[in-house]
Amino acid sequence: MTKKEYSFYPGCSSQNRTSAVNYMVSVNSMCKSLEIQLSPIPDWNCCSASISYAGGQELERLALNARNLTLSEKHMPGKDIVATCAGCWLNAREAKEKLDHNPQLLAETNEALKEAGLVYKGTAPVRHMVEVLIEDFGYDELKKPVVKSLAGIKFAGYVGCQTNRPFGIAGESFENPLYLDKLIETVGGEAIADYEKKVACCGGSLAFPEPEKSQKLIREIVESAYDHGADAIVTPCPLCQANVEVYQSEINRKHGTKLNMPVLYYSQVMSVAYGGTVKQAGLDGHVIKPKKLLEIAAKK
Amino acid sequence: METLPMTRTATSHATPARYRNHFLKEVETHVEDGEWVKMCMQCGVCAGSCPLGPKWEHTPQKIFMMIRAGKREEVLKSDAMWMCTSCYNCMARCPRKLPITHIMHGIARHAHNLGFTPKAQPTRHFSVLFWKNCIKNGRLNELKLTIGLYFRDGLFAGIKQGWDMRNVALGLVLAKRLNPFELFGGHGCKDHKGIAAMLKKAREIEGQRKGVVH
Repeated sequence: MTKKEYSFYPGCSSQNRTSAVNYMVSVNSMCKSLEIQLSPIPDWNCCSASISYAGGQELERLALNARNLTLSEKHMPGKDIVATCAGCWLNAREAKEKLDHNPQLLAETNEALKEAGLVYKGTAPVRHMVEVLIEDFGYDELKKPVVKSLAGIKFAGYVGCQTNRPFGIAGESFENPLYLDKLIETVGGEAIADYEKKVACCGGSLAFPEPEKSQKLIREIVESAYDHGADAIVTPCPLCQANVEVYQSEINRKHGTKLNMPVLYYSQVMSVAYGGTVKQAGLDGHVIKPKKLLEIAAKK
Repeated sequence: METLPMTRTATSHATPARYRNHFLKEVETHVEDGEWVKMCMQCGVCAGSCPLGPKWEHTPQKIFMMIRAGKREEVLKSDAMWMCTSCYNCMARCPRKLPITHIMHGIARHAHNLGFTPKAQPTRHFSVLFWKNCIKNGRLNELKLTIGLYFRDGLFAGIKQGWDMRNVALGLVLAKRLNPFELFGGHGCKDHKGIAAMLKKAREIEGQRKGVVH
C-alpha cells in the first residue's frame, strides 16, 4: 500500500552512472520505508542548471523548465511535483513563479511550448523532497520507521545554497536553517548545531571553470567540520555533495593537507537508520568511505 | 516562505533625469530583470555577502552604480558577473529585494551576446558548453561536459588537465558515478525534436521582443 504519490522530477545527476546516482538510490530506499511513491515525469528534460545563462536565453531556459511542469500536469494531473536536486527544484520553481506572475512571459512560453505540442496551465506546485518530508510527514512520523541506532555519530549539517536560497523551507531562516539538524536528530544522529559553514557556498558550478577559487571555499567547509569533530558532512544538494567530496583529494595534492571527510546525503543517513543495507543506502557510491555509517549499515 | 522579488513589480518611482542615460535604458530592455537596477540603494550588502567577493573586479553594488553612470564599456568588459556562483546570498539579503543573481546572469549574457567577453573567460566558456551539452539530447552528458572543459585550451592542455585530475575521475568511475561509455551516447529525451523546435521558437520570440537577430 502506498501512502502518498508524487510526480517526480529526478534530474540529470540522478540517472544511472551519473554523479548523484547514490542520492537517487538512497531516496528510493527512504521512500520505500515511508511508503512514498515517486512517479517520474515522462520524458523530463534538463533544467539547464544555474550556469547556462550565457549559452541559453531567458525564454529558452524558461521553456525548458515549463516543458517539465507541463508534462507533469498532462500525465499526472493533481499531483505535486517533487524534486530531489537543489538545482532542478530551484529552476522549476523559479520558472513557475515567473510564469504564474508575468502574463507576457507566460504567453511567450506557451507559444514556444506549442512547438512541442504542450500548453502550460500552472496547476501543480513545485516542491523539494525535504518539504515533503517535513510538511507532509513531520518529524514524529519520520521517526517511526527507525530501527537502527546512529548514536555517537556526529554529523555536520551542510545545507548549502540552493535548497536554502532564495526560496528555502517554510518557517526556516536563510542564515541558520534548522531542518537538516532536526532531520539528523530525528533519525538518531548527533547534529553539530554550531557548524558555521552550514549555509556557505561550495563554489557551485564554478568548481569547474574556477577550480582554485572554489576549492578554497570547499577547504573551509571541510576544515570547519573537522574543527567540530564531525564524522561526516550531510547535505541535501547533489552539487554540494560532489564538490565537497571529490575535490578533497585535489586540495590534498596541491596543499599537502590530509582531508578525508565523508560527505553524505540526508537520505542516506535516513535510509541506514530505517534499516537500509550498504547498497540500498548508496553507501557504495563514495570516493571517501563513510566508515561509521558503513559499519552500522553492514550490521544485521 | 519568502516571496521571490521577481514576482513583485518594480515600482515606477520617478527616476532622476541625470540617471536616465542610454545605458540604463539598454540594461532595462535587454538584460533579464534589468528594470530592477534603478532600485539599488547602494548599501553594499551584496558586496559583503558574495563568497567570491574579494575576487571580483567590481561588486554588484558597483556594477549597478556604473550602469546608472553610463559606464557601458567598463561594465560589459568587467569580469565581475562571471564570478557568480549562483549562491543567491546577495538576493536573499538585499533590503530592496533586487533579484541580484538574475541581474548579474543577465548582464553576463548581454556582454557575451555583444562580444565584450573574451572567448577564454572560463565561466563564459563553461556556460556555453553546459547549455549546448544539455540541449543536445535534452539531458546533460556529464562525461562530455568534463572533457569539453579540460580540452578548452587545446589537446596538450587537455591531456595534462585530464592527467592531473585522473584520481578524481577514477574515484568517480569506481564509485559508479561517472560512465566512460557516455562518450558514445548517454542519457537523453525521446522528444528531442520537439525540444529543439520549442527552443528555436523561444529564441525567435525573445529576439523579436528585444529587437535583435540571432
